[in-house]
Amino acid sequence: MSRDATTRRERRLGPSMLHGMRRLGGGGAELIPQGRMSGPMPWVIAIMVALTAIALAAGLSIGNAVSAAKAEIEGGVTIQIIEPREDTRDRQTRDVAKAVQQLPGVSGLRIVPREELDSLIEPWLGSGIAEATGSAIPVPALIDVRLATGATPQRVETIRAAARKVTQAARVDAQSSWLRPVFEAMVSLQILAIALVALLTLALAAAVLLAARSALGANRDVIEIVHLLGGTDKQVARVFQRSIGFDAAGGGAVGLALAMVVIVLLARRFEGLGAGLVDNGALGWTDWLLLALVPILATLLAMITARFTVLHALRKML
Amino acid sequence: MTAEGEIIHFDNVGLRYGTEREVLSDLTFTLYAGRFYFLTGASGAGKTSLLKLLYLAQRPSRGAVRMFGNDAITLSRASLPALRRRIGVVFQDFRLVPHLSAFDNVALPLRVAGHGEKDIAGPVRDILEWVGLSERIDAVPATLSGGEQQRIAIARAVIGRPAVLVADEPTGNVDPEMALKLLRLFEMLNRQGTTVVVATHDLDLLRKVPDSLIMRLERGRLADPTGALRHPPVRRT
Ligand SMILES: Nc1ncnc2c1ncn2[C@@H]1O[C@H](COP(=O)(O)OP(=O)(O)OP(=O)(O)O)[C@@H](O)[C@H]1O
Ligand SMILES: [Mg+2]
Repeated sequence: MSRDATTRRERRLGPSMLHGMRRLGGGGAELIPQGRMSGPMPWVIAIMVALTAIALAAGLSIGNAVSAAKAEIEGGVTIQIIEPREDTRDRQTRDVAKAVQQLPGVSGLRIVPREELDSLIEPWLGSGIAEATGSAIPVPALIDVRLATGATPQRVETIRAAARKVTQAARVDAQSSWLRPVFEAMVSLQILAIALVALLTLALAAAVLLAARSALGANRDVIEIVHLLGGTDKQVARVFQRSIGFDAAGGGAVGLALAMVVIVLLARRFEGLGAGLVDNGALGWTDWLLLALVPILATLLAMITARFTVLHALRKML
Repeated sequence: MTAEGEIIHFDNVGLRYGTEREVLSDLTFTLYAGRFYFLTGASGAGKTSLLKLLYLAQRPSRGAVRMFGNDAITLSRASLPALRRRIGVVFQDFRLVPHLSAFDNVALPLRVAGHGEKDIAGPVRDILEWVGLSERIDAVPATLSGGEQQRIAIARAVIGRPAVLVADEPTGNVDPEMALKLLRLFEMLNRQGTTVVVATHDLDLLRKVPDSLIMRLERGRLADPTGALRHPPVRRT
């Protein structure tokens, strides 16, 4: 053979040195035609990995928001002083604050400043009302009470009794009581996300199993040849494992990249909302680590499935 | 007990596929190291079936088989690959790997046996030159003629210097000149110690190897052209 032909051959086989049947020769040849991201298998895996990762990200994000919201709403009680006369209201507010502060289990207390209240209602009523009418709109005063432990009905009742003793104008509400429906909706969403992840994982496993089976069917002749040439079961299995593992890893990487783009874009959107509850849903580094595990697990699953499928078929041969 | 020079021994072996009638019956013979055997018989007589037993693609339905001193019937599955590597096979239908070049097909047994790439290139080129296919070293089987594929298959069977070479109609697709040349290759390997078993119904071929021994299959049983059953297969006179 001419020099030329040698180099041509080696050039052609170059990329395949990275994978394929290393073990069956340390060199160029691929025993099984490599899809190298062609054929449906890597793309099916890419889509499954992307969907699984997105569902997982949603689950984790909602989970983060839920636990943050839980801490926030469980320990919070709001006292409103509904009294139209400003001077009376200010006095009553101070008295109620003083009374409640002394109660056991109260870890913090804050009289919400007037300006903050104004800014809260401004979007609805507009500014400049005081200038226009010569008198401010009577807005209830707010006291934000933090409890060391959860706002149980008894605790809320104690606070209510203490506040009412100062003035009948006090209205006491546990924050959780009005946040609870939101909270519960989030928990349902979280359960939904977990169920989705479980279903997608099953579908991913099924896709991988089918892919391994069809690869085996398409290459049965080759398996038999290598088998008859004295190849061990492990050698043959390894060739398959590598070939399918390569495809799965490629598909998984593409899928994860796709999921990342979607997750980051969605995160931006939610950040734009500027709502406290959603902000708390940001993913931490452990969450990202979990997401990165999805394609790795998919690849492992693909390789293990391929191995067992091939070994099973080989056992039927002598 | 293993006789002197015995390499393979069949004792009262029978083979049936599934629940069909036996395609091989009452086979008792011994193959000795370094001999050259022809296996003849009409189409459907059972030549390929017998060779399958020899290259361990099939277990007999009854009888005892001893190979290289091992009981081939009770041998564990795990020890079969090592045994197979000592047997080179030219399949009747070649069985080349379709996606591999001529070079890689021929190199396959060496790779399976774990040889390094630097020990592979030289011998593979040499053997391909010997069978006259240096020019087609990069070609995949689909682009080769039947005779060329057959020669690749032969090259693959002999590349690993097997103790036994089993060839099923190895000259079926080549012209008489190439057939003779391939036969010379088999003889050369045989002189270097390889036991050769060639199945053929080309009776002309038999005459071309003077020292060969002939086994004749007739409807699944070993017979002799003269009608007198002789085991082990006798030297042709
Ligand atoms: N896998 C199989 N399943 C069932 N029957 C088979 C199988 N292989 C071969 N046979 C039968 O066994 C008998 C012997 O077949 P075999 O292939 O051994 O013959 P042969 O001598 O090699 O013929 P040829 O010269 O045409 O190659 C035939 O009757 C055939 O139909
Ligand atoms: Mg045959």
